[in-house]
Amino acid sequence: MLMTGSEILLECLRREGVEVIFGYPGGQILPTFDKIYDMEMRFILTRHEQAAAHAADGYARATGKTGVCLSTSGPGATNLVTGIANAFMDSIPMVAISGQVKTTLIGNDAFQEADVTGITRPITKHNYLVKDVKDLAQTVREAFYIASTGRPGPVLIDFPSDVQNARTEFVWPEKVSLRSYKPTMFGHPGQIKKAVRMICSAERPVIYAGGGVILSNASDELRQLAETIKAPVTMTLMGLGAFPITHPFCLGMLGMHGTAYANHAIMESDLIIAVGARFDDRVTGKLDAFAPHARIIHIDIDPSSISKNVGVDIPIVGDVKNVLGQLLEEFKKTPDTAEWLKAVEALKKKFPLKYTDKAKLSPQYILQQIDEATGGNAIICTEVGQHQMWSAQWFKFSHPRSFLTSGGLGTMGFGFPASMGAKVGCPDKTVFNIAGDGSIQMNIQELATCVCNKIPVKVAILNNGFLGMVRQWQELFYKHRYSHTTLYNPDFVKLAESYGAAGLRVTRKEDVRPAIDKAIKTDNVVFMDFHIEPEENVFPMVPAGEALNRMIEGLA
Amino acid sequence: MRHTISVLVENKFGVLARVAGLFSARGYNIASLAVSETLTPDISYMTIVVEAKDERVLEQIKKQLNKLIDVISVTDFTKKEHLDRELVLVKVRYGAKEKTKLESIAKKFSATVVKCKADCLIIQAVGDQLQIKGLLEALGHYTIQELIRTGRIALTY
Repeated sequence: MLMTGSEILLECLRREGVEVIFGYPGGQILPTFDKIYDMEMRFILTRHEQAAAHAADGYARATGKTGVCLSTSGPGATNLVTGIANAFMDSIPMVAISGQVKTTLIGNDAFQEADVTGITRPITKHNYLVKDVKDLAQTVREAFYIASTGRPGPVLIDFPSDVQNARTEFVWPEKVSLRSYKPTMFGHPGQIKKAVRMICSAERPVIYAGGGVILSNASDELRQLAETIKAPVTMTLMGLGAFPITHPFCLGMLGMHGTAYANHAIMESDLIIAVGARFDDRVTGKLDAFAPHARIIHIDIDPSSISKNVGVDIPIVGDVKNVLGQLLEEFKKTPDTAEWLKAVEALKKKFPLKYTDKAKLSPQYILQQIDEATGGNAIICTEVGQHQMWSAQWFKFSHPRSFLTSGGLGTMGFGFPASMGAKVGCPDKTVFNIAGDGSIQMNIQELATCVCNKIPVKVAILNNGFLGMVRQWQELFYKHRYSHTTLYNPDFVKLAESYGAAGLRVTRKEDVRPAIDKAIKTDNVVFMDFHIEPEENVFPMVPAGEALNRMIEGLA
Repeated sequence: MRHTISVLVENKFGVLARVAGLFSARGYNIASLAVSETLTPDISYMTIVVEAKDERVLEQIKKQLNKLIDVISVTDFTKKEHLDRELVLVKVRYGAKEKTKLESIAKKFSATVVKCKADCLIIQAVGDQLQIKGLLEALGHYTIQELIRTGRIALTY
């Protein structure tokens, strides 16, 4: 039977197991929207294409499945760009589909034309311009395969409107095989043996776990490794959730706003076992001074992550879950780390995370209350800024995929649409978005999407009337010159209500918990406007370019 | 230091842009680039001469190239026995008595005079880096009007 390009696309998505598409219509994607009109798959109309991309991203982070977003050509597609770049930096599996002008018009500066494959080339794992409807099914199949295997990432398919209308026989390609793309899934046995020998000879090992552990669903293996070799575990921002914060071996997050004890442990360690992490500058601080006594074992599926920033003694290329499994099978004895664990425990006691209550609400207190109220079972999304770092510090994450945050790109406006995507993917979970008053206004229009589609996410705005993180840098490094970081804000409660959502304002400590409990019970989108201490800072802090143990504590 | 890398790629539109974009996005400098089809029409062969300040940069370049979906394989000639060649066309203006000298220079470097007019001639040279360098140094004493080179190609043996 002959099918149109649009029909083939939707049939391919169905066969790929797609449950939901986030998107926005427009001229050059109309043929596909006409078919969407009749399809059974869920379609969620966002109020901005950027939000569609972030929602697909949040859905993917929460579920582990590939997220799908759809836009028209030109401005629709360029609006996806931030969301695609965000997914790319954090290695999130996503397929983005953009309408394109007719193949006969491509290159003619047609209305709403943009060179979208050109624009997205450096921010996608791969991209396609489909010029012939006969290639479409194969392309979609490849796109999903590439997006979800190896080091995951976004793949874009640019889909001209005449190809959407063109007809061909639909043939589902059963298998995908790309001669030029064969990710290494298992670690080299020789390297595994070497790593085990090095681990067994270590006295002060630290496991440094990143987002790769979560992407590879390897939390159980990580925990087994830590318990087998009795090593403390620190996580990157992207790794939070991979290892329970409450575990006695857990050091929480490391890096710029990591715990002091994690950073000190890294600096004192004699062996770092990096697992699915990439030695980002926010993690390492000053590179030359990073972990001066440590040898490094680096496990990563992406060979180009290895020895990119920090020289590595034993690289192991492979899928984290497989490699950890291989390692665990190899141990015949384990190192004696009793002294080291005691020393680490002492560091934890000496440098605990702390804050002092000020006149107004403490943001840290609010986050602790949300953590308690949700029993650690909620999905916590964030925007980017102080609230994000406080969330990373104060939630006791104990499950993978429970903390969704824009790590690599640092995208303000990510959290709200991502929480929407997460809630769609995990309807039985309580989903919170922790936001700042700046960030929330970058995709606040999604209130409409949440209300219309009954996606009851809870948004906690830590409202300090500032672009807080930038203000903090201005305070600490720019002589208190608050250049354009004070915000005039709308009444968030009225704003939420005008969309049909619920709004709550909290200004007193004793109202914090009741408001959170009320929000959780409310079967609607809730905006909680917490008026917090305006000039509260995120501490500890390693100033950019400083060594990890040169932290500003900020507390007397 | 300059390194010669060859890259086998899928012969699809946009591949050159992907490779070139990788170099520009990461701040690597391409000294020369030669692209052609292979015996298998759906595979192209790129020979890239790249400036890399140290081993780590070179390793990154190779890894990043390998990461591109359309790249089938990457070969680094640096530590391999290989033959490399470049073709150069040099248009030289000559005065009285200079023509025979130019012809003998060409001969010395196994180059040929492929075109000759009353006041200028074109020398074609094929050779490795040293041969080409030697020829160009020798011609440096004359008035070179134009110079064009293909970029290096290389084969292991």
